[in-house]
Formats: sequence, structure tokens, C-alpha cells
Amino acid sequence: MIVIIDYGMGNLKSVQNAFAKVGYKTVITDEPNQIKKASALVLPGVGAFRDAIKSLKDKKIDEELIEATRRGKPFLGICLGMQLLQTFSEEGGFFEGLNIISGKVKKLPSSVKCPHLGWDKIKFSHNSNHNINPIFRDVPDESYFYFVHSYYCEVDNRKIIYSTTDYGLVFTSSIWKDNLFGVQFHPEKSSTLGLKILKNFGELSKC
Amino acid sequence: MLTKRIIPCLDVNKGRVVKGTKFINLIDEGDPIEMASFYEKEEADELVFLDITASWEKRNIIIELVEKTAEKVFIPFTVGGGIRNLEDIYYVLRAGADKVSINTAAVLNPSLIREASLKFGCSTIVVAIDAVKIDSDWEVVINGGRTRTDLKAIDWAKKVEELGAGEILLTSMDKDGTKEGYDIELTKMVSENVNIPIIASGGAGELEHLYEVLVKGKADAALAASIFHKKEYSIPKVKEFLGQRGVEIRLAKEKIKSEKNNR
Repeated sequence: MIVIIDYGMGNLKSVQNAFAKVGYKTVITDEPNQIKKASALVLPGVGAFRDAIKSLKDKKIDEELIEATRRGKPFLGICLGMQLLQTFSEEGGFFEGLNIISGKVKKLPSSVKCPHLGWDKIKFSHNSNHNINPIFRDVPDESYFYFVHSYYCEVDNRKIIYSTTDYGLVFTSSIWKDNLFGVQFHPEKSSTLGLKILKNFGELSKC
Repeated sequence: MLTKRIIPCLDVNKGRVVKGTKFINLIDEGDPIEMASFYEKEEADELVFLDITASWEKRNIIIELVEKTAEKVFIPFTVGGGIRNLEDIYYVLRAGADKVSINTAAVLNPSLIREASLKFGCSTIVVAIDAVKIDSDWEVVINGGRTRTDLKAIDWAKKVEELGAGEILLTSMDKDGTKEGYDIELTKMVSENVNIPIIASGGAGELEHLYEVLVKGKADAALAASIFHKKEYSIPKVKEFLGQRGVEIRLAKEKIKSEKNNR
């Protein structure tokens, strides 16, 4: 069963609806036990970094997530959910993240309109190897996805950058390391291609 | 590069899509969920539902509609019309809307923008500004255009940005429903003076109008209703036209097709 982590924020229902559309039942929960039993985890995200990390810690979900990724359970972080994986965020001060990925979360420069909102192109990096990221199977390079964010991830290990997006500044729009996936855009709001990514991720939960 | 968005607007009255000119003479145009699904297939970039249902008792209809839409439509959608407080916003977002648009309530109680933005995230809060040209400047009007406010559109736009709005839906009440084209001057002025995205609305009648407002008006998105509902222009047609004129636009199907041809 795919578990969508409920940390009291964000539009979790949209993610659940999108998985349902591609044939996957999901559970929205904040129960550490259910998270432990999940076949795959999704950490969605809308909202502020500080409140989100506090909520994860208060509910004692943070350690479950760290443990699950250590064990190689398929894990997808969406938008804020990808940012929460980093070491720290500069959003609203300085806040420690889950530190599953070594990196930081920074604000978009004031030279561009903020939030970065709308459909933008992703460009595959392929700088580490030429393997195809399983959740991007059948997704062409330079496809458009829907973004809404004011902050972005700067990861230390560039080899895990799977795609970048050019919004005046070129930022990391997706990461991939083994069974750990992160996307800055919203697949649940990106129509056909977004649903394809969720379907591909769903298939990993069956392995 | 970020693409310009094309947004069909569905005016909803008691659960049905209607269209009137300047908020009167309502004509039934169809089922909102069917229309929303159709527009997603046509590659609309987003949708806006504007609930114009007058009586509050019937407002639960819009919540049901939002829930059903969220199950079937996988592009972002905004719900506006009659949203007065944090509770209204909460229910609409919880039902599955991605954003809410606040208009009159924001003018009457500007702190609502700040509170909502802090509570739900700035990207969920759209402030709708209805403006009319008076002499050589634009004034904000509320209550569907019936009440003047003394606020200058430009000042109010800057203020809502400061209060934490994620986006502005800017409607020219002079142009709305006329099909004479958007108010380019108004749109450009507002867009150049704030650093949040602007959705231009009111006056779309021809393809050229959308081009003008996105390029000369510097809007980030163009909203239109009747040209799409009456099938005068399809969304692919609009996008093809804009793409050929050099506007950055999302043409996903085209892209997939051409990639296949290259192989």
C-alpha cells in the first residue's frame, strides 16, 4: 500500500485523487506504524518549511522517514516534500530538514517573478549515468510540468540531479538516488505526463 | 522558460456554467465538470471557477462541485466568488481547489490576505482586482462592479503583494464581455509594478487580443470565457497561434509527436 504522509498541511487529496486515477489505492496517514508497513511513501507538500518540519518531528514521523529511505523503500517527495529531504532551509530563517539528502533550500532571486508559477520545461541532466529514472519512463525530455514554489533545492551531490529547469536561474527540478525520488513540480497537477510519473512510481511499490 | 498560461474561466451559478455580459443576462452553457475535463484534454493550463450563486444556502453546491472536479481534473484550478473569510477558504481548499480567489472581502478586510497567505501558503491565495477606468486612472470596484472604492488599482495591487498574495487576477470591468480586447494599458501598468504573476481578464474576442495582453500587456496568463465556451477558438488553436508568434507556450502533444517523428 502506498502511504501519503499527512503532516497537517497541503492538498493531500489531490495526490490521492491522482493516484486513484492511475489505479493505485493510497492511505493518507500520520501513524508511524502505518508508515512502517507501507510499500512506498509519498511526502507531498504545500506550505511553509518551518511548520512542516515541526509537524513531522512532533508526530515523530521524521525518524520513520529516515529509516524507510535507509532501507530503500520507494520514496517520492513532491515540491516542499523534496525540500524537506535536505539538510536545511533558508525559508523564514534557518531550519534543519530531514538531512536525507545533503543540500540546502534557497529562495529564488528577486530578479524573477516569485512564486515560480505555471508550466515549465524540465531538462534531463544525465550527468551521472545514462540509466533511465524509472518514474520518468515514457516521459520525453523537455516536457512541461506545473510548478508553484518560491524556494528551490541546491543539492551537494550533483550526480543525483535528474533534471533541471531554467527560470532565469537553472535549478534542480528533480532528484534521483536509488529508490529515492524528488520532484519540485506537482505531478498530481501536471495532467497526462504527471499522472504517468505517479503511475510509474506506483509500479515500484509492487516490487 | 516559464510558459504563458491560457485559462478558461467557468462562471458557475447553482452548479451550472453560465455566461452573462457584465454579470447580467445569464445563459446556461453546460456542466462544469464535463467542461473542465474537456479543457484539460485541450491542454488548458489552468481553470478558474467563479461562483456567482447569489444565495449562501446554495453555496454547498460549489463545495460538491470542487470535490468532484478534483477527482477528475488534473490541472490546477482556482475557485472564486463570495469567499469572505478563512473558514470559506479552508473549505474550498480542503474540497480540492488549488487556489482561492478573494475579491470584495480582501478590499473590506485586507488583513484577510495576510492571514490566509500565512495559514494556507501564498501560492494558494489569488486576489481578484476588478478595475474601471475613471478619467485617466483605474479605480478598484467591488460587489461585482456595483460599488466604487476610491482605491487606485495600482496601489491596491502593490498592497496585496505586500500582504502576501501569490497572484493577481486583474479584470477590466470596462472590457469584460465586450470582446473588444483586454485593457492592455491597465495590465501592463500593474504587471510592471508588482513582482507576482498577473492573470489578465476581460475583453477577449480574437486571437490577437490574447497575444497583445501577454506580450504588450506583460501578463503572465490570459483568462477568457466565451471565446472558448462558444467554441469560437479552441485552446489548441489559441496556443498554435501564440506559439507561431513566438510566445512561450505549453504545446505538449505537439512536442511528443515531433519527438516520435525524429526517432
